[in-house]
Amino acid sequence: MTEPIFELKDIVVTVNQGTPEQINIMDHVNLSVFPGDFITILGSNGAGKSTLFNVIGGNIPVTEGQILLNGRDITNMSVERRTRFLSRVFQDPKMGTAPRMTVAENLLLSEKRGQHRGFGPRHLKTHMDKFHEITSTMNNGLEHRLNTATGKLSGGQRQALSFLMATIKRPDILLLDEHTAALDPQTSQELMTATNNQITRNHLTCLMITHHLDDALKYGNRLVVLDNGKISYDISGDEKDNLTKEELLSFFNDIEE
Amino acid sequence: MSIIVSAIGQGLTWGIVGIGLFLTFRILDFPDMTVEGTFPMGAAACVAAIYSGASPLVATLIAFVAGMLAGLVTGLLYTKGRIPVLLAGILVMTAAYSVNLRIMGRANLSLFDKPTMLKTHFLESLPPYFDSVVLGIIVVAIVTALIIYFLQTNLGQAFIATGDNPNMARSLGISTDAMQIMGLGVSNGLIGLGGALVAQNNGFADVNMGIGVIVVALASIIIGEVVFGDLTMNQRLIAVTIGSILYRFVILLVLKLGFNANDLNLISAIVLALFMMFPVLEKRFRIRHTLVKGMSKHD
Repeated sequence: MTEPIFELKDIVVTVNQGTPEQINIMDHVNLSVFPGDFITILGSNGAGKSTLFNVIGGNIPVTEGQILLNGRDITNMSVERRTRFLSRVFQDPKMGTAPRMTVAENLLLSEKRGQHRGFGPRHLKTHMDKFHEITSTMNNGLEHRLNTATGKLSGGQRQALSFLMATIKRPDILLLDEHTAALDPQTSQELMTATNNQITRNHLTCLMITHHLDDALKYGNRLVVLDNGKISYDISGDEKDNLTKEELLSFFNDIEE
Repeated sequence: MSIIVSAIGQGLTWGIVGIGLFLTFRILDFPDMTVEGTFPMGAAACVAAIYSGASPLVATLIAFVAGMLAGLVTGLLYTKGRIPVLLAGILVMTAAYSVNLRIMGRANLSLFDKPTMLKTHFLESLPPYFDSVVLGIIVVAIVTALIIYFLQTNLGQAFIATGDNPNMARSLGISTDAMQIMGLGVSNGLIGLGGALVAQNNGFADVNMGIGVIVVALASIIIGEVVFGDLTMNQRLIAVTIGSILYRFVILLVLKLGFNANDLNLISAIVLALFMMFPVLEKRFRIRHTLVKGMSKHD
C-alpha cells in the first residue's frame, strides 16, 4: 500500500467558540489522499465542502487535529507557504486571475507559484511559445488572446486560464472548487473534459467539489460525501465505478441536482 | 516666457510626487493619505540635513529614506495592525506633523544661504528657472526608468498582481502584506524625495507645506489619464509627469484670471474634481468631440 501524500487527522473547526451559537463546521474529519487520487466531493449547502478546502489551503485555522503532507505536520503553515505544493481553482472566474494583466502575464505569475520572486527581469517573450502551446490545449481560442487583458475574456476562457494557471507548475495537490459551476452548460462541459484530460494524463492528485451528481460519478477514482461537517461516505475503486445515480441519491436526499 | 519655464520646472518636480502616489493609488488601489505627512517630512529632513552640514544630494536621499520609513509605518498599521488603509494613512499623516516640527525645531526653515542641488555651477549658469527644469528632467527620468524596470521584474509583477487581485496573488504564494508594505514604503519615499526637491526649489521647508499635496498628485495622475486615454503601464507612468506639467499650466491660467495664491487649494480641488468628473461630463456634453473638432482645421 502506498503512503498517503496528504492527510487530515481528526480535524475540528469550531466557530463562535464560547457563545451560544458555537458550532463545529468541521467535525472530526479524517481523510487520506493517495498519489494520483482524483476525488470528487459532494455535499449540500453548508455541509462543509468549502470549509474543507479552506482548511487544506490554510485559509481557516483548525481548532483541533493535524494536517500532514507526506507525513510532515503542516497544520500551522501559512497560506503562502502552502502554495508551494497546492494550487486551487475557484468557482468565480474573477477570483483566479488578475483582470488588468494580460493572459501571458497571468500565466507567467502562476509559473512561479510558491517560489521566490526577485529583481530579475521577468523574460515574458521567451515564454510565449510555451504559453501558446498550453493555451491551445483548451480548444477555446485562448491562444490567440495571450496579449489581451484578462478582464476582457469570456467567463469560459477566463476559467480555462485559471485552470491552466493552477496546473502550469505541477501541484502536489490540486483543489477544484466547483470550477465549472459559473459557466453555461456547454462551456462547463468542455472545461470539465479538458480538466479530466489534464488530470488523467499528468496523474495529478486532485480534489474536486461539484454539485453535479453526473460529474461526480463520471470523473475520478474516489467519491466523498460531506454532511454536517462530517464525511458520511468515502468510496473508491470498483465500488465507485459500479455506483449508480440512484444509489448515490439514496446516500442523501437533500442535495441539489 | 519665464513663467512657463517655471511652471514646467514645478510640474517636473511635482511629477515625482505624482509617480509616488501612482504606485499606491493606481497600482495597489489604495487611498494613501500618508503623503500629506511624508511630503513635508521629506522637505524637513532634507533641509535639516543640509543645516547640519550634509551635501544637498545626501540630504535629498535622506528625505527619501524618511518618507519611506513613514510609509512603512502606514503599511505595518494596515497589514499587521488591520487598521483600514485610509485611517492608517491619516494616523501617520497626523503623527508626522509633530515629527516634522521635531526635525526642523520650528515651523519653517529657510535655505537662503545654504547649498542646494540647484546651486551648482552648471545649473546656475542656465537662464532663470531652467535650473529646476534640468534637475527635474534628470530626477524624473531616473525615477521613471527605475520604476519601469522594477515593474517588469518578477517582484514588480507580483506587486502589480497584488493590487489587481490580492486573493489570486496569495493563492500563487505572493505575500500580499509584504507587497503592500513595500509599495507604501517606496511610494512615500518618492513623495519625500519630491518634498525635498520642492523645498530646494522654493528655498525653504514649511511644516504646513503638505496640505493639499494628495490633491495635486492625484490631479497629475488623472489629468494624464484623461488627456491620453488608454495607455500601457509604462506609458501611464510617463503620462503622470506630463499630467503634472499640464496641471501647472491650468493653475497658471487660473492665477492669470485674477485669483491669488491663497485660492490655490480651492482651485486645485476644483481642477481635480472637474477632471475626475470628465467621464460623466464627456458622456453628457461630448467634450472630447468638441475639443478635437475645435482644434482641427475647418473643412
